[in-house]
Amino acid sequence: MKINRGERLSPIEQDPQVRRGNFYEVNKGFTPEMAIEEAERCLNCKDPKCVKGCPVNVNIPTFVRQIADGEFAEAAKTIKATNNLPAICGRVCPQEEQCEKQCVRAKAGGAVAIGALERFAADYALQKGEPQEPPKPRNGMRVAVVGSGPAGLTCAADCAKEGFEVTIFEAFHKAGGVLVYGIPEFRLPKSLVQAEIDKLKELGVTIVLDTVIGRTFTLEELCREYDAVFLGTGAGLPMFLNIKGENLSGVYTANEYLTRVNLMQAYLKDAATPVITGEKVVVVGGGNVAMDAARTALRMGAGKVTVVYRRSMEELPARKEEVENAIEEGIEMMLLTNPVEILGDKKVEGIKCNKMQLGQPDERGRATPIPVEGSEFVINCDQVIIAIGTSPNPLLAKSAKNLKTSPKGTIIINENGETSIENVYAGGDAVIGAATVILAMGAGKKAAASIVKKLRGKHGS
Amino acid sequence: MFKIVSKRNLGVNVNEYVIDAPAVARNARPGQFVILRVEEKGERVPFTICDANRIMGTVTILVQTVGATTWKLAALKEGDYIPTFVGPLGNPTELSHYNGVLLIAGGIGSAVIYPQAKVLYGIGKPADVILGARTKDLVMYKRELSAYAKKLYVMTDDGSDGEQGFVTQKLKELLEGGARYEMVMAVGPLGMMKAVCEVTKQYNIPTTVSMNSVMVDGTGMCGGCRLTVGGKTRYACVDGPEFDGHLVDFDEAMARASFYKNIEKDHLCKLREAGNEN
Ligand SMILES: Cc1cc2nc3c(=O)[nH]c(=O)nc-3n(C[C@H](O)[C@H](O)[C@H](O)COP(=O)(O)OP(=O)(O)OC[C@H]3O[C@@H](n4cnc5c(N)ncnc54)[C@H](O)[C@@H]3O)c2cc1C
Ligand SMILES: Cc1cc2nc3c(=O)[nH]c(=O)nc-3n(C[C@H](O)[C@H](O)[C@H](O)COP(=O)(O)OP(=O)(O)OC[C@H]3O[C@@H](n4cnc5c(N)ncnc54)[C@H](O)[C@@H]3O)c2cc1C
Ligand code: SF4
Ligand code: SF4
Ligand code: FES
Repeated sequence: MKINRGERLSPIEQDPQVRRGNFYEVNKGFTPEMAIEEAERCLNCKDPKCVKGCPVNVNIPTFVRQIADGEFAEAAKTIKATNNLPAICGRVCPQEEQCEKQCVRAKAGGAVAIGALERFAADYALQKGEPQEPPKPRNGMRVAVVGSGPAGLTCAADCAKEGFEVTIFEAFHKAGGVLVYGIPEFRLPKSLVQAEIDKLKELGVTIVLDTVIGRTFTLEELCREYDAVFLGTGAGLPMFLNIKGENLSGVYTANEYLTRVNLMQAYLKDAATPVITGEKVVVVGGGNVAMDAARTALRMGAGKVTVVYRRSMEELPARKEEVENAIEEGIEMMLLTNPVEILGDKKVEGIKCNKMQLGQPDERGRATPIPVEGSEFVINCDQVIIAIGTSPNPLLAKSAKNLKTSPKGTIIINENGETSIENVYAGGDAVIGAATVILAMGAGKKAAASIVKKLRGKHGS
Repeated sequence: MFKIVSKRNLGVNVNEYVIDAPAVARNARPGQFVILRVEEKGERVPFTICDANRIMGTVTILVQTVGATTWKLAALKEGDYIPTFVGPLGNPTELSHYNGVLLIAGGIGSAVIYPQAKVLYGIGKPADVILGARTKDLVMYKRELSAYAKKLYVMTDDGSDGEQGFVTQKLKELLEGGARYEMVMAVGPLGMMKAVCEVTKQYNIPTTVSMNSVMVDGTGMCGGCRLTVGGKTRYACVDGPEFDGHLVDFDEAMARASFYKNIEKDHLCKLREAGNEN
């Protein structure tokens, strides 16, 4: 077994000066040679810490070894045993907080680039077009899945493989959830999401678009028609700062801005849906959503884009790669800064902010920002994009009275993923609040396993 | 895909469409709306459900041609299909517990008050109706509404139909003449709704308005349709579209409604040019 003692390799990236003007994928991944070289850095640990860092416990040493041995298709199979969407997770997982954080090589030339390797294997398998295993024969039972984000897609796939007849209901005219309306093309090509959806169709899953559960059909109606229901409705409700001027023209939520550009394709010249991008744009927030909004605005032609975040770089929750990429592209990061008012008569003319300093850690251990007295200043801008988080959309819960939710609006489930209504399961952002693709996927998987177990038992097969 | 079962021209720039959409028709109630797209790359635009037939599985909408999407819709014929027709969205509005309702519609607002007039007639409490428009050809659904209204008044800016003047003039006249209403519902351009609310406020009459904010998803996800009602931010798509008119910040709503004006004008000009070339 060859071990490469060298430094961590970086995947190929588009030049920052070029990519800030286009929507093509920024990160081009590894070539096969690079993948093998990077995979050889793995020590194949007996007690692999990396696996514990992965929310779905991908068998990392095995798949990395397979890449090192040039067995790319086998590597993809290893990953897929626990992760249905590796081409997506390899691109968007916050690896530096999960698998790679635990890697023993972190202090010896940098953690093994697990995410990039995962992506490499998954892309290879996709290109090769390996046929997927046919589902088990139909068992006569039906499952309804509400929402087509990573949670819903995963639950649907796993149930379909087990022989259930699965129907996905999606409010939008396109399936994929945040993967299609939120995360931009330059970070996650839509063709990848489409490939996953095509695979679901091959498994016999029916996707019913343009259908809002709680309006077009009620949850009760679904319960009558289906043996089990999975709610993967996400956390789409945007939060606001609750400061003066937030409803001025020129203030977008990141959800609206990104939906217009991504889902409605406003980045194409002949798009029917309009979007307005200012000359000077301020994005408020520090997560992936804020980075995506900022980098999208840049690509839409903004002259200057500033990200305003109230804590310091250390607390910034976005993926490290996205923050670095954003800075390389010329986005200004204004840290320890908190907006207090959006200025303007009818349209945005500026944003008034306070300088902040970090105080005592809060209950989550993050330092609480406190305003510096007399530090108020104004950033001139003609557009503000608010990206300070989202919470679960109450639409469905409101229409289903006996569905228990927490004060924060998240759906309450038990250890099997089942809600307060029998045979109704839930998972993903709808249950834990805005989180990650991998956690949503894991929740969909877990619920599917519970559904299979329970319904099988019921029918005694 | 959703089939256009029938299409009827109701005068200058206004068409009535009956769409085959059984799932929408089944749960539709007065006050709710749909969002449609005319083509695969099309914009998502909202329209009020004017009528729904559960047995036939059809939904009727009244559409005024104002911009690119409505222009493309107007170019379609009976038997054509549109890719998206999602609903029913928004909250239904219940007026049946009021005794004495006055419904006021400006132009295309008839689409919103028609289902209410029908319900109120059905329970034996027919409403008075005021229809307003710039000119005779823009008075919508007069015949349909006259079948369900207790009294129907028509007001036009140029006097070509009914009486000459604004709907607020008739409203004042009725109130000064001693008419008593427990509820006024006003639907039309923002300026008209604002003016009606100013009058009804003086008389202390609860007033419902229908807010036609710019929308994307219609499910509470984008925040684009937000407006200020009673000092609080509310979403037209999930909290409305109908609100207490005395609490709505109309000036802010007007500023927000005009946000895309220039881009939209440009889109339509391009379409018209392309259309002329064919
Ligand atoms: C801009 C952005 C960038 C992000 N970047 C990252 C990243 O880099 N890495 C990462 O791990 N995570 C990222 N996330 C978070 C991640 O995308 C989410 O955690 C994940 O998508 C949640 O999946 P889900 O299946 O629970 O819900 P969603 O993906 O939100 O999907 C929910 C779906 O349900 C539909 N729906 C909702 N209500 C109804 C209803 N009543 N009837 C029918 N359909 C309904 C919605 O239309 C939607 O399609 C990002 C999120 C955003 C917004
Ligand atoms: C809940 C709701 C119910 C509605 N019901 C109806 C209805 O029953 N019949 C009907 O004809 N219209 C209705 N509307 C308005 C309709 O949605 C708009 O006319 C439509 O979006 C215009 O699309 P367009 O692409 O043709 O025009 P655009 O090119 O988008 O706009 C053309 C012009 O209209 C203005 N405009 C755009 N959107 C709106 C809007 N939502 N309200 C007012 N002005 C707007 C623009 O500023 C521009 O000046 C409703 C709107 C809402 C929110
Ligand atoms: S799924 Fe995410 S956390 Fe797990 S190994 Fe892959 S990249 Fe790492
Ligand atoms: S911890 Fe790092 S070196 Fe060890 S098995 Fe995992 S990836 Fe390889
Ligand atoms: S239309 Fe998006 S929140 Fe109302």
